[in-house]
Amino acid sequence: MLELDTITAGYDRLRPVVREVSLTLAPGEAVGLLGPSGCGKSTLAKVAALLHRPYAGRVVIDGEPARGWRHTAPRAQRTAIGVVFQQPRMSADPRLPLRDLIAEPLRATGRRDEVPARVGELADTVGLTGELLGRRPHEVSDGQLQRACLARALVLRPRWLICDEMTAMLDASTTAALVAVVEEYRAAEGAGLLAVGHDSILLERWCDRTVHWQTPPTD
Amino acid sequence: MTAAVLSVRDLSVRFRMRGDRHVAAVTGASFDLAAGECLALVGESGCGKSVLASALLGLLPGNAQTAGSATVDGLELLGADERTLARSVRGRRVALVPQSPAAHLTPVRTVGAQLEETLRALTATPRRELRRAAVAAAERAAFPASHLDRYPHELSGGLAQRAATALALIGDAPLLLADEPTTGLDRDLVNRTVDELRRHTDDGATGRALLMITHDLAAAERIADRVAVMYAGRIVEIAEARTFFGEPGPLHPYARGLLAALPERDFTPIPGMPPELGDLPDGCAFAARCDRATGLCATRPDFASGLACHHPAAVPGERSAAHA
Repeated sequence: MLELDTITAGYDRLRPVVREVSLTLAPGEAVGLLGPSGCGKSTLAKVAALLHRPYAGRVVIDGEPARGWRHTAPRAQRTAIGVVFQQPRMSADPRLPLRDLIAEPLRATGRRDEVPARVGELADTVGLTGELLGRRPHEVSDGQLQRACLARALVLRPRWLICDEMTAMLDASTTAALVAVVEEYRAAEGAGLLAVGHDSILLERWCDRTVHWQTPPTD
Repeated sequence: MTAAVLSVRDLSVRFRMRGDRHVAAVTGASFDLAAGECLALVGESGCGKSVLASALLGLLPGNAQTAGSATVDGLELLGADERTLARSVRGRRVALVPQSPAAHLTPVRTVGAQLEETLRALTATPRRELRRAAVAAAERAAFPASHLDRYPHELSGGLAQRAATALALIGDAPLLLADEPTTGLDRDLVNRTVDELRRHTDDGATGRALLMITHDLAAAERIADRVAVMYAGRIVEIAEARTFFGEPGPLHPYARGLLAALPERDFTPIPGMPPELGDLPDGCAFAARCDRATGLCATRPDFASGLACHHPAAVPGERSAAHA
């Protein structure tokens, strides 16, 4: 289970953008979180990914309450969650060729020996061919870079995936291709998914159930 | 049909790269666009759509070589010198509605100041009239006058888009060029933005011509009169939006695949990825991903009757006969 329990979070303690929101994902379940831009859904996704410390509330990952955030999160919890962001260009180190971009989580967790096999396998899965893997982000299209970012999110075999507007910048065919990769991975590993977005047609087609964000009272 | 505002003939753009390599970003594009008409140019990222737009604004980098012709209001844009481009093209004949308005607006100046500056540059508005003219310009794009003293970072995405549109409309250019105007906006905002673009297309006695470059097929369906599909630098199909999104649908297998990939349709991707623009095959560039491909596809199909394909889903003539 991935549990978000009465989360209050934001960037100003007096005006939190997320107020007492709870959401529970069953193991292997795909949940779509829908809401207009600016409603706070991305902030909640960051909290769920242990990337943003909430002002109040708990995140419980497979029975274990989150004890830290960002770099202070324990490795076992941090690596249980894979994240894909909306803008691949802002979430890729411009100096890293795609091959190293995908391998980075393995290197950062001391699993270098797995790099050749795992990166090759994932590059095939997301459809990146050999020559593309040697290129840096500025030498590939948005769609190709997002394929690499998805491979990076899967490289440690996370039990939970959080996709925050993963396909907002992409054309219809690339969108369908990346969703298919996520679903194939989930079928093989039984991973759960929190997909955040504003496209109800897409998320209703993709997920087991969707949750519509209730607009918080503005004051 | 009224005379074309924009007329593109056999437009090609190649980039010279290191080691005597070339990247063929746009090859042999030809189309006309009339006042009051909206043409949506759709295709995957990296297919050359935005390069085509840059060519029309004279904003290509130095290593670009162009061929063919593109005229707006009778003025040739390709090879025009910087003075012509600055004084009679940008803002005056071709107005750009940018991809991310937040990045397009000057962050350290208010919207009102930017409107006034553009009015001074493009029109003969007397200094004391500037503020009133700025309010009027804002109004045309439905930008609230109460927000004129705000800086770009104080605006929501929708208002920033309107501010950028207001700037684009000031020069009364006959051609509006919208380069991915809806990227990253939510669906309500996409609809509002493209509806407003459509309104500006229909505005005035003859209206404006709108070339909307987008990968958002829903936005294209909402406002376009015609759709041009680009693949690997070439326009492979141009069709009426009504028949393209409705019956009988697109004729080119790539365009059919793109529509079928939508979540409200089959949600299945086209297999494979587009070829590199620096290493295009001699024949049809889509053949490697196409389930209709045969040996014939090793030769390049000509672009005729709005289609470049050896094995279309139907014969172009039949479509126009059936839906005349």
